[in-house]
Amino acid sequence: MALRLLSKLNVRPELRGVVNLSSAAAPATLSDFDVQHKTPVVRKQHLVPKAHYGGRHAVTMLPGGGIGPECMGYVRDIFKYIGAPVDFEVVDIDPNVDNDEDVQYAITTIKRNGVCLKGNIETKSEAAYVTSRNIALRNSLDLYAYVLHCKSFPGITTRHKDIDIHIIRQNTEGEYAMLEHESVQGVIESMKVVTASNSERVARFAFEFAKRNNRKKVTTVHKANIMKLSDGLFLETSRRLAKEYPDIEHNDMIIDNCCMQLVSKPHQFDVMLMTNLYGSIVSNVVCGILGGAGLHSGRNYGDHYAVFEPGTRNTGTAIAGKNIANPIAMINASVDMLEHLGHHFHADLIKAAVAKTINEDHIMTPDLGGTASSTDVVKAIIDNIDMCIKNKVSFH
Amino acid sequence: MSLLTRNVCRALMQGTYMTHMGKGVHTTSVNADKNVCYAPHSISTLQSSSTEGRIKCTLIPGDGVGPELVYSVQEVFKAADIPVDFESFFFSEVNPTLSAPLEDVVNSIARNKCCIKGILATPDFSHTGELQTLNMKLRNALDLYANVVHVKSLPNVKSRHRDVDCIIIREQTEGEYSALEHESVPGVVECLKIITAAKSERIAKFAFDYAVKMGRKKVTAVHKANIMKLGDGLFLRSCEEMAKLYPRLQFEKMIVDNCSMQMVSNPNQFDVMVTPNLYGNIVDNLASGLVGGAGVVAGASYSAECAVFEQGARHIFSGAVGKNIANPTAMLLCSANLLAHVNLHPYSRMIKNAINKVLTDGKVRTKDLGGQSTTKDFTNAVIHCLTTS
Repeated sequence: MALRLLSKLNVRPELRGVVNLSSAAAPATLSDFDVQHKTPVVRKQHLVPKAHYGGRHAVTMLPGGGIGPECMGYVRDIFKYIGAPVDFEVVDIDPNVDNDEDVQYAITTIKRNGVCLKGNIETKSEAAYVTSRNIALRNSLDLYAYVLHCKSFPGITTRHKDIDIHIIRQNTEGEYAMLEHESVQGVIESMKVVTASNSERVARFAFEFAKRNNRKKVTTVHKANIMKLSDGLFLETSRRLAKEYPDIEHNDMIIDNCCMQLVSKPHQFDVMLMTNLYGSIVSNVVCGILGGAGLHSGRNYGDHYAVFEPGTRNTGTAIAGKNIANPIAMINASVDMLEHLGHHFHADLIKAAVAKTINEDHIMTPDLGGTASSTDVVKAIIDNIDMCIKNKVSFH
Repeated sequence: MSLLTRNVCRALMQGTYMTHMGKGVHTTSVNADKNVCYAPHSISTLQSSSTEGRIKCTLIPGDGVGPELVYSVQEVFKAADIPVDFESFFFSEVNPTLSAPLEDVVNSIARNKCCIKGILATPDFSHTGELQTLNMKLRNALDLYANVVHVKSLPNVKSRHRDVDCIIIREQTEGEYSALEHESVPGVVECLKIITAAKSERIAKFAFDYAVKMGRKKVTAVHKANIMKLGDGLFLRSCEEMAKLYPRLQFEKMIVDNCSMQMVSNPNQFDVMVTPNLYGNIVDNLASGLVGGAGVVAGASYSAECAVFEQGARHIFSGAVGKNIANPTAMLLCSANLLAHVNLHPYSRMIKNAINKVLTDGKVRTKDLGGQSTTKDFTNAVIHCLTTS
């Protein structure tokens, strides 16, 4: 009882650690501290049947903070309009509270629905013992692979044209292991964890992905010249797996060189495979090249669950509520989700309408150099959906 | 017999007629109401192959009064100009020579992903020695494992209890209905009741997900685990296990005999109920009786891919065949639920509103609700309310 009370109060982190370690007998409810310190190995999941009834899917929706809620509103408008057979279960997460109850509930709903569409969740607290909620979510669902498809929109003027890169990123360990401590006063150590099992999983994912999507080349991005053991392991694993896929060309590149190549000659890249932090950097670089944060969508995959979100994980708090946020990223995420669920008819429809809105009609929000508001863009997309149906030719 | 054949023929002809009716323009009365018609009627579809925007739906008129009720649905659909085409099958166990083969019906439902079905009569004795009924074969072939019956008091329908509103979810592919019976020694018959963890988990998950979707608060598992400790025990444990994934829903369990008593004495305490096969059947009928009988309660069966909409309490009402007195409310509600399922919400709402209006006015009542009106009168009243709403 005393332990319970202690963990309810916001006690100091080291004390919380002790409390939770001693209550190891009751692991059913994991505290944030436990989540932070779980080993980054493959998690056992108890599988339950997916929520798929009468051809309709239930999907968890986490609007998150900043522009998340408004973008989700646009997605729901479009889904309602085309009658996509998806029922959303919305879970709101209060950014201001310190406890993890909402996040744990969100994770539970994803476990039973199997699929989630999410905005970026805010973690307001900067206290050391409060984990980032996005990371807690990815870790406890064991979403080890992140896929970002960066493809140029012909209608957007950018420095480079016709870019088509898939970025695959290890999503649960590496620099995001969140194991930091002060060993001596004034000296802080942050651990980067690379495990053979997770490296192998994500590398296999990348090669399988390349094979299934008819890609030619996989590039492993690393810094093994400096971090010879950790990045070395990652690189070695991907080299070993490359031998199993002789049809796919494999090369590797050091992260600093990779960034330079990306901004100068991005066409040499096809599928890119990297660890967590490099993935974060590279995906933002590529999105920047292609027109900013508001366009591309990312997919998080585990063995059993899939979470779809806008590609660059920004909250966009500054532009929230001003009706200027770019809704395309979230709409693209919802298209990815429909494709994952197998509703290709609806996915193709939205995709064609989005492409037409940007490439032909040039209706864009200010971040892409346009003048339209978010609602204008959504309205244009809905009109284009109508048009696509009438023509029945603009999509196959 | 001749009456039955006549009805069947009428329903079939109606079905084909609807199919060929073609791509009529939508009624202005529907499109004019901008408030309810947000979704365009042209593209709301579950069937990804259909780009023309018309829904294809399998139609099984069934036995007894089924064809009359289905005819009433078709009349209403025609009047509202609803973009649904029916693929009609005569499917019957009591009339095996005329019945369409099971495979055809199953293929049609699997392709269309939705179906409206009247009630199939099941003979008490099997002539062929087969233990499975046609209903069971259809359910097993399509894996229609979850049966949902939404028992809700209707306006102006006299009943003992007011404001009953509960959802009964029943597993319907195993349990007592496994059709495994044998005579081990002459005079001793064993009937096997099969409960599996996989199917129990699946139905429990369905019930909780349905509760979440409908915004309900409580799920009650109905069981008899005090006697059948292993079989029903497994079902109950699966429900308890699944309840942990839904911390925001209240979960409770109730023994089936107590549940029956509570249902007739205090039905308002129930919200969503999840039951194994036979108990579900009994509780369904019990609850339907509370709100006005078989003629007013709609139900549906779901598999992962398909949905079959049928009456909640399955009675063929053979005494009324051809007399034009059966109550079409249940079937019309089924059709409204079907429309909601395939994203044609405005139409669904229109039919539901019309039914409510007719019942509230109370001028047109069929015999089971204490009136003297015929099925046709009721249908016409609903159609009338459609056009004026």
